[in-house]
Amino acid sequence: MSALPLSSTPPGPLAEFWRGFSANRGALAALIVFTLLALAALLAPWIAPHDPVQQFRQHMLTPPVWMDGGLPRFLLGTDELGRDLLSRLLHGARVSLGIGLASVLLSLIPGVLLGLLAAFHQRLLAPVVMRVMDVMLALPGLLLAICVITVLGPGLMNTVIAIAVGSLPEYVRLTRAAALAELGKDYVTASRVAGASTWRLMFSAVLPNCVAPLIVNASLSFSAAILEAAGLGFLGLGVQAPMAEWGTMLSSARDYIVRAPWVVTLPGLAILVSVLSVNLMGDGLRDALDPRLKRVS
Amino acid sequence: MLEIRDLRVRFGAFPAVDGVDLDVAPGEVLGIVGESGSGKSVSMMALMGLIDPPGQVSAAALRFDGHDLLTLPPARRRRLIGKDIAMVFQDALASLNPSYTVGHQIEEVLRTHLGLRGAAARQRALELLQQVEIPDAASRLKAYPHELSGGMNQRVMIALAIACAPKLLIADEPTTALDVTIQAQIMDLLLRLQREQGMALVMITHDLAVVAEMAQRVAVMYAGQVVETGALPDVFEHPSHPYTAALMAAIPEHNRGARRLQALPGIVPGALDRPAGCLFSPRCPRAQERCRAQRPEVVEGVRCFFPLIEETVA
Amino acid sequence: MLNFLLRRLAALLPTLIGVTLVAFGLIRLVPGDPIAIMMGERALDDATHARLMHELGLDQPLWRQYADYVGGLLHGDLGRSLVSHEPVSHEFLALFPATAELALFALLLAIVLGMALGTGAALRRGSLLDQGVMGVATVGYSMPVFWWGLILIMFFSVGLGWTPVSGRIAVEYDVQRVTGFMLVDAALHDEAGAWRSALRHLLLPALVLGTSTTAVIARMTRSSLLEVLREDYMRSARARGLSPARVVLVHGLRNALIPVITVIGLKVGSLLAGAVLTETIFSWPGIGKWLIDAIARRDYPVVQAGILISACTFIAVNLLVDLLYGVVNPRIRKQG
Repeated sequence: MSALPLSSTPPGPLAEFWRGFSANRGALAALIVFTLLALAALLAPWIAPHDPVQQFRQHMLTPPVWMDGGLPRFLLGTDELGRDLLSRLLHGARVSLGIGLASVLLSLIPGVLLGLLAAFHQRLLAPVVMRVMDVMLALPGLLLAICVITVLGPGLMNTVIAIAVGSLPEYVRLTRAAALAELGKDYVTASRVAGASTWRLMFSAVLPNCVAPLIVNASLSFSAAILEAAGLGFLGLGVQAPMAEWGTMLSSARDYIVRAPWVVTLPGLAILVSVLSVNLMGDGLRDALDPRLKRVS
Repeated sequence: MLEIRDLRVRFGAFPAVDGVDLDVAPGEVLGIVGESGSGKSVSMMALMGLIDPPGQVSAAALRFDGHDLLTLPPARRRRLIGKDIAMVFQDALASLNPSYTVGHQIEEVLRTHLGLRGAAARQRALELLQQVEIPDAASRLKAYPHELSGGMNQRVMIALAIACAPKLLIADEPTTALDVTIQAQIMDLLLRLQREQGMALVMITHDLAVVAEMAQRVAVMYAGQVVETGALPDVFEHPSHPYTAALMAAIPEHNRGARRLQALPGIVPGALDRPAGCLFSPRCPRAQERCRAQRPEVVEGVRCFFPLIEETVA
Repeated sequence: MLNFLLRRLAALLPTLIGVTLVAFGLIRLVPGDPIAIMMGERALDDATHARLMHELGLDQPLWRQYADYVGGLLHGDLGRSLVSHEPVSHEFLALFPATAELALFALLLAIVLGMALGTGAALRRGSLLDQGVMGVATVGYSMPVFWWGLILIMFFSVGLGWTPVSGRIAVEYDVQRVTGFMLVDAALHDEAGAWRSALRHLLLPALVLGTSTTAVIARMTRSSLLEVLREDYMRSARARGLSPARVVLVHGLRNALIPVITVIGLKVGSLLAGAVLTETIFSWPGIGKWLIDAIARRDYPVVQAGILISACTFIAVNLLVDLLYGVVNPRIRKQG
């Protein structure tokens, strides 16, 4: 007699996670929106109707197509230098999401490494590392970024570095705390006694258990990065004109609140929608990965 | 003084309390025993008005000291609760607000129900702490709950409960979380206070020995129903309901010399497996056809079609 | 309590030193010759160059420069602005109250509004009010503050004309500076309408600055209160016959406050950062705007001072929050 096949296998961790995540309707909607944004960002060079820096001198401050005087050629209107807003917004998505991703990676990887090192070398490295982190944390996000920009100068790459520097301490702290919690557990002591090397322990045993809070923090710092990049751009310290970045677009739009409100409204809405979708996804992630973490719904 | 008729508490489809009748006379000590999930705590919380939606409370009658608790408006009910009926809970530390001193919490009750303020309230709070045998009461007034031991916190809870000289005190497993030596002290304290103040005491517990020592009457609950009520020591020496008999039979003292404790097979019915007939029938060694088909009513204090008669537990 | 304070200050010392190092190192990290950077494009002959180097102490060894810098700090000397040649500390003291007033008002608004909304949402959990409040809150902290300011200006100042666009008080009032806090000074001024004007000027910037903090406080209050509502002592309080209002407000909120205070401490940092952006939008004459202008004009001593002061303010606020936390949560008092 052949054995009967199991009618169902227990859901793997991925399926389990998806179930928790999709229970949050907001998170689900946010995921869809974010995917669209990411697609728009990726495909911007191909789907943007115009070159984002090209100025159409005859069509400066054209309203969007649904308002009086709007042209189908410039669906969302043009800015004060006659540049197509839709194209600039699309390329701006590229810049913002790119900065977000790059800064998260640039702070997560060193942050995790430093945190692990601090956890494993409590006596020597930890006090030094944590003190430096304390100093960095003494400066609120934007101000720390301003410091870095002051030294390095403005621009896209430096914006990424500035934001990454600001997010670093949180990753170090998180990783160290989670690693210390794991190190206190018996299975780690047993592994050490059995002769497992420190590095092996770090990556195979300790790290997987730190993943959940790291992912949640990554989503938070992603949205914070978008806001910070926009803020820096607005202050003229970040991405420089004529490159299209949502915050930079807003800094020159200030004078046109009355005459051309779309130049002010649209880039800001773009920022809002991006950040909101990432934050909602972060909420969903938190609920799905660790129901104990602030579960209140 | 307390009259409960057909009390029912539902949580969705689950009847935590499924038709409970209870009476408490002034100054009497009633014990309510049962396993976890028997509904003993929930019944008393329903009496106090502590059951929130989605729980639903209904009863044919819920009378206390001449008041009809079912029709009483909430504001007037609040004047009874904490004053004439008081309740003491199991985990004293968790039941006291960690951010306020003990004295503050006692004075709050005195102010709310008796209108005492300032020095008069402080004095009375001090007296109450002394009444519950807390040493060095004056300095304890300024203490926070986390600074006191479990036994002392329980005493504070009792002080809060008797602050307004209630006519009825309900103690919900007051000693379960305490050390054995402290348990005895708290029990003695409760009994002493009961005698001194002439208040009725309802003692909820799963510890039969405690009930046997303290109570005059006992109600045995199972799966949300009262299955037997009667005077002590009769009920324990001559149990009429098979469940009570099984409880008595399982006591270690009654199993001396035996190789195994007489344990009752099966478990208490939950939300999904409630029998159509007698709730105890799946586990009852004496169950018959009628038991499985119909729910028995209470007859002479016993909810059973075939109560045990003249069976003595050795 | 004093013990606690002293110990915390001692622990903060390395951080403070670190911050001074950062501020000090800021200019020196900028690539290139510091004099050339500060002086801009103007060509300098060697004599003037050497003189300036000596004046600014840049010809000394690095550790000496740092020692001088810290020594100056301890005397309240923050250097001189390269643009105005005034002592930085004077400019700072003149502008600081404006930022403080804005930030404090924004914080007050955020605490009151945020806690009220969060409490309401928690008490009506799952209702339309709850979902609405939480939805609005999530949008609230996802918004770029500078854009939000522009939108509100567009709507309220330009569109409806309810609030002014910039400044701290209407131009016609010549209010004497007593404290530097316009609300106070205008109240002391005898011209009628001055105080109202000051309030109207403060309202929109404070609202804009405080939005994100309001949202975070509302969310935190809600989640904290929901946890507290489940606690046993809430049930006991009701069992003692206390009124529902008293149970929620005195027994519940008091304990729900504890995590909220920590959050407030963290958010003060973003208030500082947000002030920089808000002041730029509303032309609010405070530190933030001063800092940004200084960066644009490469007035490095000002930038240095601005960074240092912001960091110290943040550290001081966090210390305050730590102390407050000990007051609010009796359970940790013993450990200090």
